[in-house]
Order: sequence, then structure tokens, then C-alpha cells
Amino acid sequence: MAVVCVRGPLRKLAGGGAEHQLEGSTVLELLCALELRHPDMRGWIVDERSRIRRHINVFVNGERGEEATAVRSGDRVEVIPAITGG
Amino acid sequence: MTELVVGTKKGLYLLEGEPGSGFEVRTRAFAGQPVEFATRDPRTGRLFAAVISPFYGPKIFFTDGDGDAEWTQADGVALPEGGDQALERIWVIALGEAEATLYAGGDPGVLFESRDGGASWELNAGLWDQPSRPHWQPGGGGLCLHSICTWPGDPDRLAVAVSAAGMWLTEDGGRSWRRGNAGINPRYLPEEALKDENAGRCVHHVERAPKQPERMFMQFHGGVFRSDDAGESWIDIGGGGLPSDFGFPLMVDPADPDSAYVIPLVADMDRVTPDGRVRVYETRDGGSSWAARGDGLPAEHAYLTVLRQAFSRAGSGEQLELYFGATSGDVFGSGDAGASWSTAATRLPPVYSVVAV
Repeated sequence: MAVVCVRGPLRKLAGGGAEHQLEGSTVLELLCALELRHPDMRGWIVDERSRIRRHINVFVNGERGEEATAVRSGDRVEVIPAITGG
Repeated sequence: MTELVVGTKKGLYLLEGEPGSGFEVRTRAFAGQPVEFATRDPRTGRLFAAVISPFYGPKIFFTDGDGDAEWTQADGVALPEGGDQALERIWVIALGEAEATLYAGGDPGVLFESRDGGASWELNAGLWDQPSRPHWQPGGGGLCLHSICTWPGDPDRLAVAVSAAGMWLTEDGGRSWRRGNAGINPRYLPEEALKDENAGRCVHHVERAPKQPERMFMQFHGGVFRSDDAGESWIDIGGGGLPSDFGFPLMVDPADPDSAYVIPLVADMDRVTPDGRVRVYETRDGGSSWAARGDGLPAEHAYLTVLRQAFSRAGSGEQLELYFGATSGDVFGSGDAGASWSTAATRLPPVYSVVAV
């Protein structure tokens, strides 16, 4: 099991929980598992092409990850909307 | 009392007031978020907001309360999973003719239909599966389906406009579609490209005359057009007194099929009101002539941009109310069919859409 961490409106959609223990071997599998558990999240992180939305960043144990990034049991996956501005 | 449902770059605003006066901001919702389009269904009182989050993608929300009540995300506003495209934007929500039916148009050139009052939506497969779709060319704002023209009393007849895939018509409720671009010969296309039906027809906005549904008016990317055959073919009516035939919004008086209103901008390379003056132009003869209607509007050093969804009406005839918003955050209104204008609201965020209820 890995831990997926969400915040802001994603946390509300995920039933209020910030951390979610989920099964999956890649970032995409984990995010799909999160959507399955909390259907209101569908389409918020991953789009119809099974791609992580452009302005959402995912970090696996502090390192930038993408859809196919491998995840092991105990890993921590942070889902963070991009901070943009100038 | 008139309600204005205003979508802005930083949230949804509900304004209320009397025609010809200043309006009060009654409610703000979706603070900080871009609301591309918002409207209220007068049949049910339900409010809709198309929220275009740069982070989480486009969604439609609705509420049966006032704008500060709880909002619910509508189901089904997405493209088929597993393809190579994602829904980029929702540009418009329109009331259908059939009970509890609504339509929504979006990017990439897609139409959604709801038959349950807007709680759930389904992608229109007929338009989605158009064989020519891979050749459709997006306009500057994307491949946006922005105009949805229903036919009073006949739910099967519908016309939609896609920038820049042109006009599409259906007479079987959206199962099959055909183009309606005859007579639209853009100046920006070389002569040899005019025969290519996939060459971009950058329609900016289309309205149907409710009393004479065969008649339609179009603001084009360089050109104002009229159709007298339900969108099959178009004639240029962009001369006759307009300072420019470039612009985005267009409105009609439902009582008068010879009427149309446009808000010209200088040109595609200079999208502001001409001569630093804000003026609405009106025709009452089907586009043979146009007259400026600017009494009460900013008359000097006013370089406003009015977007395609930011022009709306309520009532008709002599009681026709007209309202438009600009990216400056100003909203202007007229309670006498454009004869005189006043500032309805000012210092809002950039206005994306205005719907008068």
C-alpha cells in the first residue's frame, strides 16, 4: 500500500481525508484507485486521456513523478496543484 | 426587477436591479475561479456555472438555491475515456425546447445534452463522430462550440456554431449533422481555399430570430451575415454604417426578425471599441443599414473588449432590455431597446458572460 496525499478541494472531494492508503504499482494506478474509492474526484486529477492534468504536480517521495512512475508499498505520493504567478 | 448572471475571470456574480439603473451585486460564488459561462434556467430556477479551473479542468455546477447555496457538479461533462482528447472548456449553456432539456457547447467543438434539467449530460455522438472532425481547425480561443440556436417549438431542429469549423445544422435532434456555410467566404482565406469545406470558418456568434426561425444573424471574424433559410446559406450585411465588421457578440429583439445588435471592435489585430467610443449598432431592416446606439455609453478614451457571451437581453419590443459586459469589468444596460444606456455595474473582474433573466 502507498499513501496518496491530497489537499484543498481535492481533500474535500476525497471525503475530507488528506491521506489515503491505496494499492497500485504506478502513479496512474494509484490515482485511478483513489477515483474509484471517491467517485466525485473523477476527472479532477486525471483527464479523459488518462493524463495527469497539466497544472497538477505529483511527487513520489519528494521526487517529481508522472503517470508511469513506479510506486512501491510505503511510498508517499503528494498531489499538488501548481503554484503559478509572476 | 432583472437579474444578471455574470461569469467573470474571478467568479460568478448575481446582480439585480431595474432596467436603466445601477445594479447591486447580490451574490458572488466560485471566488477566484474563472467562470466562463453562467445562466439560470427560468423554467426551474436552477443556476448553472461553467467553471474552467486551470488545475482541475472544466466542470458544470448547478444549484437550486441562490448562488451562495451548495453547488453540485453535473455528471457526464467529459469526453469518452481512453481517447486522445480531453475536454478543454465549456463555452455556453443553452435551454432546449423539450422539457428539462439543456445543451452545452465546449472545446474541442463538442455538444452535450441534458434531459434531466442539467444534472447529467451526454456527449452528442452525431457531432462527435463527424468524419471531417480531424480536419477541423481551431480559432484563436480553441475549437469552441459557442453558439446553440434552438428552433422555437421544434426540439429536433438545432444549429450550432464552432470556431472555426463553421455552422452545423440538424433536423433530427442531433443524430445527423450537415454544414451550413454557403456564402461565408472569409477574407483571411486565399481564393483557392474557399472550396475546402474544412478551411476555417471562424464564426464568432450566431442568434436565431424567434418569430421567424429561418432567419439567423451571425457575427463572423470579419463580416456580419444573415441567413433567411435556417442557416443553409448566408449573405453579408456588414456594410451599411458599421465602423467595423469585426466583433464577437450579437443579439436580436425577439419581437422583430429584422433586428440585430452588434458591438463592433476595430479589427482582429486590435480588439477594442473603435475610436475610443463604446457603441452598440442596431439594424431594424435585416442588416441593410446600421445605426449607432451609444447614448449613455463611454464616449471617449474607452477601449473596451466585449466577448462573445457577454451580451444578453430580456423582454422584447419597446421593453427590450439589453446588457453587455466588458473585460474592463464594466456592465452596461439599456431598458429601452438600446436607445439609452447606463452603467449597471463597474469594477467587476473581466466579464466573460452575461445572461439577463
